[in-house]
This record gives sequence, C-alpha cells and structure tokens, in this order.
Amino acid sequence: MARMTMKLRPSRPFAGRSLAGRLAAAALVLPLVAAPLAAFAQRDPVYAAAREAGQVGEKMDGYLGYVTPPSAALKAVVEDINLKRRALYSDKAQAQKATVEEYAFTSGCLLIAQTRPGEKYQAPDGSWQTRTAAAPQRDSRCL
Amino acid sequence: MRYGMNEGWGAARTGGLVLLAAGALALGGCISVKAPDKPIVIELNINIKQEVVYRLAGDASQTIDKNKDIF
Repeated sequence: MARMTMKLRPSRPFAGRSLAGRLAAAALVLPLVAAPLAAFAQRDPVYAAAREAGQVGEKMDGYLGYVTPPSAALKAVVEDINLKRRALYSDKAQAQKATVEEYAFTSGCLLIAQTRPGEKYQAPDGSWQTRTAAAPQRDSRCL
Repeated sequence: MRYGMNEGWGAARTGGLVLLAAGALALGGCISVKAPDKPIVIELNINIKQEVVYRLAGDASQTIDKNKDIF
C-alpha cells in the first residue's frame, strides 16, 4: 500500500517542464508502477486456504512445510512454490554474493515475522507453533 | 596385638593408595579440561551468520514483497 503512494511523488518535480523532462519523468515512474503490479499477484487458492487452515507453515529455512499430512493437490502446489522459492533465493543470493542457504534463512526469519495470527510457523526447537498477536519465537540469528 | 599392628600397616598402605588414586584423578581432571576448544568455533559461526542475515535482510524483504504469489 505504501508503495502505491510512492509512485506519485517522482512525477511532481517534472510538472510544467519540457517534453524531454516529461519523458524522463515517465521513464522514472514506469518501473515504479510495474513493480507494485507484480506484488499484487495472488497466492494459489489451494495454498491460501491451506495456510489459513494451518495445514502448511513457514519453516526456519525459508521454505513451506506441512503441519499435517497434505493432500495430493496441496502437495503439488507446495512443492511447486518451494521450487520457485529456491530458484528465486538462488538468483538473489548470487547477486548478493551469499549462499542459497544464507539467503533462504534470512527470508525465513522475515517470513516467520510476517505470519499473521492463526498461521503456523516453525520455532527454533523445530516444533510447529501457531502465531499469536505476540512476536513469534525465532532463531537468535534473526534480526 | 599382632592383628592390630598389621591393621595399622594396612591402613597406612591404603592411605597411600588413596593418595595415589586422588593424584591420578586430579591429573585426569586436568586432561579433561583441555577439551572445550570447539564451542568457540560454533560461536564464531553464529556471529558470521548473524552478520550475513543483517546484510541480506533488506534485499530479502524486497524480494518477498515483489513475489507475493509464492510467499
């Protein structure tokens, strides 16, 4: 939401300027518009429902895990998401000169912090916990 | 009386043996103290990891925000 309001700001300094100025403004604004559009991509309904029902949770290693034995349909969706996550972590880790595990672990810290009350996450002892309004139990290395 | 004498010597010998055993135990204790070098290495690993997490957190946060369909 905060991102959407941000795109308005860069266009104002160019108001009332030359065509070149406006083109430059457009060039600046376009990537800002494109990024939030990608962010609005929805979760797979099967995944969203399973997450809400506490059948899947966020693990410490940055991937999704099964809290209860999954159906074949859910397993297919979660495996696909975890493969996509790994590919993404791998790309980003390379750009940051870090290992996939380091990038994935850092993401896991953030993803556990971002869980909403009722959702499941993995505690440092490996057990599944239900997120409450309080801060989640996280690894001491998480920020 | 003889028995008493013998018992006296026996006690002295046993005392010597106990001292020897105590000395051996003390030496054994000294050797076992040398072991904990490994925990220091583990602590270093944790520190390095924490630095990496600190360095990557900003980028990882953006990555999560931009790929909400898989997070």
